[in-house]
Amino acid sequence: MTDVVAAPAAEVTVARGRGALPAWRLLLRRPTFIVGAAILLFWVVCAVFGHLVAPQDPLAQSLLATNKGPSAAHWFGTDQLGRDVFSRVLVGARSILVIAFFATLLGTVAGTALGLAMGYLGGVIDIVGGRLVEAVLALPLVIVAFLFIVAVGPSTLTVIIVIGLVFTPLIARTVRSAVLVERQQDYLASARLLGENRSYIMFIEVLPNVLPVVLVEFTVRLGYAIFAIASLSFLGFGVQPPTPDWGADISVNYGVLPAGYWWMTLFPALAIASLVVAINLVTDSIEQVIAS
Amino acid sequence: MTATETAAAGSVDDLTPTLQVEHLEVTHRVRGQDRRALRDVSFQIGRRESYGLVGESGSGKSTVALALTRYLPRNGRVSGGRISINGQDPLAMDAAALRELRARTVSMVYQEPGKALNPSIRVGRQVAEVYEVAGFDGSAAQDKAEAMLRTVQISDPGRVMGLYPHQISGGMAQRVVIAMALAAEPSLLILDEPTTALDATVEAEVLDLVAALREDFGASVLFISHNLAVIAKMCDRVGVLYAGELLEEGPAEQVFQEPRHPYTVGLLRCIPRRGQRKDAGRLDTIPGFLPPPGHTLPGCVFAPRCPIAEERCREARPPAFPVGPARSSRCYFHDAASDLPTNAPPDIQLPATRDAAEPVVTLQHLSKTFTHGGESVRALVGVNLSLERGETLGLVGESGSGKTTLARALLGLIAPDEGSVVDLDGSALAAQARRRPREQLKALQIVFQNPDSALNRRHTVRRLISRPLSRLAGLSGARLQERLMDLVRSVRLEERHLSLRPSQLSGGLKQRVAIARAFGGGPRIVVCDEPTSALDVSVQAAILNLLADLQAKEQVTYMFISHDLGVVRYLSDRIAVLYLGKIMELGPAETVFAGPHHPYTEALLSAVPSIDGQRAERIRLQGEIPSAADPPSGCVFHTRCPRRLPTGVCETSDPPLAEVAPGHLMSCHIPIDQLTILQRTEQDGD
Repeated sequence: MTDVVAAPAAEVTVARGRGALPAWRLLLRRPTFIVGAAILLFWVVCAVFGHLVAPQDPLAQSLLATNKGPSAAHWFGTDQLGRDVFSRVLVGARSILVIAFFATLLGTVAGTALGLAMGYLGGVIDIVGGRLVEAVLALPLVIVAFLFIVAVGPSTLTVIIVIGLVFTPLIARTVRSAVLVERQQDYLASARLLGENRSYIMFIEVLPNVLPVVLVEFTVRLGYAIFAIASLSFLGFGVQPPTPDWGADISVNYGVLPAGYWWMTLFPALAIASLVVAINLVTDSIEQVIAS
Repeated sequence: MTATETAAAGSVDDLTPTLQVEHLEVTHRVRGQDRRALRDVSFQIGRRESYGLVGESGSGKSTVALALTRYLPRNGRVSGGRISINGQDPLAMDAAALRELRARTVSMVYQEPGKALNPSIRVGRQVAEVYEVAGFDGSAAQDKAEAMLRTVQISDPGRVMGLYPHQISGGMAQRVVIAMALAAEPSLLILDEPTTALDATVEAEVLDLVAALREDFGASVLFISHNLAVIAKMCDRVGVLYAGELLEEGPAEQVFQEPRHPYTVGLLRCIPRRGQRKDAGRLDTIPGFLPPPGHTLPGCVFAPRCPIAEERCREARPPAFPVGPARSSRCYFHDAASDLPTNAPPDIQLPATRDAAEPVVTLQHLSKTFTHGGESVRALVGVNLSLERGETLGLVGESGSGKTTLARALLGLIAPDEGSVVDLDGSALAAQARRRPREQLKALQIVFQNPDSALNRRHTVRRLISRPLSRLAGLSGARLQERLMDLVRSVRLEERHLSLRPSQLSGGLKQRVAIARAFGGGPRIVVCDEPTSALDVSVQAAILNLLADLQAKEQVTYMFISHDLGVVRYLSDRIAVLYLGKIMELGPAETVFAGPHHPYTEALLSAVPSIDGQRAERIRLQGEIPSAADPPSGCVFHTRCPRRLPTGVCETSDPPLAEVAPGHLMSCHIPIDQLTILQRTEQDGD
């Protein structure tokens, strides 16, 4: 009996706050996260192992078996050149995921740096940055990217840079407002009284506190990036044929949709949808865990 | 009215208590586990009685209020016991009856008046709505609302009714909320920390109002507060709540004069009393911490922290012993409680004689004007001050008086106006901290009010405390580690705290980390900006003791800002009273408190309720501090001054800050002799 109470008072000094469980454990308790992460993981596996996972060569044409509907041999049917749609969908995850990831990463890193500078330093940087954000917001994302690619010429690197640059001001705006909240905190005054320089305050004091916001922004933008890339591919400015790509495959095949060849369009479209939904589910759960 | 008559009036008569709570138990379900928030709480409030519920944060005070009106959060439920309001059981009510109960029988007033009013609806509309719910038609409801606002002493109700909540001050908003609460003529009025967000002068007005209205309306009051003095002033009976249990209850005066539970005794000893000072009469503290929520202590909840606890206290929960008429105490040793051994640290030796002329910092003509949309706000107007080595200068005044601006200008966090001079050891300091060399930065540090904001929540305690050691003291390696451990020990933290982050520490421990950081560089002056006002009283006492110890050891100068005059008096050697950016009075602490004082100081002192209820409440300030954007002419205080001279000199000319006694300066047109007479006569009259 006594051993329960015998714990000296000093043992309870550590307040048992909400942070008792680490964030990733809280995430794993959410069904939405589990479902979203599972779908995402599936596509990542496809992107990494691509050809190893695909039952057939996604590039192999079979002119004897064109336009076949879904069957045991071709689960998602074949396209106009007789290529296996299922294999093309699995392998097509690679290009879109790689481009989306790196484009969003570029946008997040650049946007966070710009947002920190705008929010913490203020002044001219904030004014110029603010106008830049407004300018980008006023233009439709795909059109901007489209114009840029026409000017520079399509390549994977171009798409990454274009989408990254388009995201930069958007992410900067969100990070800036989070930094403005932090600026009100007294720990920044304390840092100034310790004679810390501006870059130390921005990157060591402020940045860790806005990282949750950055993380959420990254996942939100990843979903948008998937859409943007698929749209660019659809318009013919993304991944070039014959590399399997969802947007490009829809673009090539939607013309025969009225003829009843729905599978060539539907399955790549479902792939895009599932990926975007998965990312949104993950984003939602991360946001909720951070807010709780 | 005779007993038979009242009995005939129905079930709700003068004999039925307004509120009866029996063995109330509330549990919260957190992460799939039930945590008990309240256990076996029983009390009752008679007709027209005022009952105070006092306790520290986490004691479950607000949970009681929420349970009474069934406003518990979704994961909370009443898991045992009985509640009866006017003989009715809210726990058994359906939705319609519950709505009726909340609309007519019970009213609540919360801490933040700003949050209780709808920001997009005019004040008059919101008050009138209460009457419309009660069945009055539009214009009658408007008239009633206007009359009600006049009852809560709003002098111009017609105008106020047309305003939106953001256009009225906090004190005014709380009056409006009280008006709305009383409009339904409730039998029970629940006030949950109603004045905690308000300035002391405004608090005093609101408390006076509540006391007066209680007589008129005949409502019973449940008054919830962490402030013992407020409870002592307002309540007939009091219950002391700790970790969800009612440890002691009884008539307020008896409980505070002759506490019979070790927790109550300890709590009362934590508060600086009149005459208690940092060098003699250290504050008692309650060691240890509140048991964590959901604890399963089989015995007395206070036993782990109780100096007189014995084996049986830890094994079996003490029943409520009757210790007098209508008094009870849940302690086996209620007879010995008042002789509780003290836990105060030994007295400290302050430097016996300070050299009078050794100012560390001198402020000359310190002014600060903020510009807001073309309007200039004069937050500080030509302040002259000097701080001596090893002394504590207390800075008091209402919010908006310029205390924090003064501190921030001294530290270089805001640049004062041109012409302001801040000297450290006779050489001028740069206006901005950024431009000050390391030696100057080192000299001036601060402890902020809110450690949650002052400590970077992503950094570990080790990093937080080490940083000034490397940045300011220039230490590294083994010498840094050695000094770090010294510092950690001197603020009474432990080595295991070093790897934690602020969110894993309690409020008091966080403030210790902030103090350690401020002392890390070996400062000459530490600004303490309300360092204890976010803390519970038992923690506050420990922090005040710590600050006194550190001062004695390091010979550091404090600029101590607080709205709590008891705390300021305990720690300060000299006091500066600020009003609208000007010094009204400056002098040795005891002189300023003993009087004769400046009328503003007098008003501040009158506003503070005291536990023993001894202090004469002489004068009250009307209204709130005027806007610094448009300060009054002449003496800035004349608009609210209760002792304004009839000659009109106060309105036209600004009195200089003149020495009225050695070291005692005052800015008032009334000659000191006359002030002495005025203030003494009224004291005698009480």
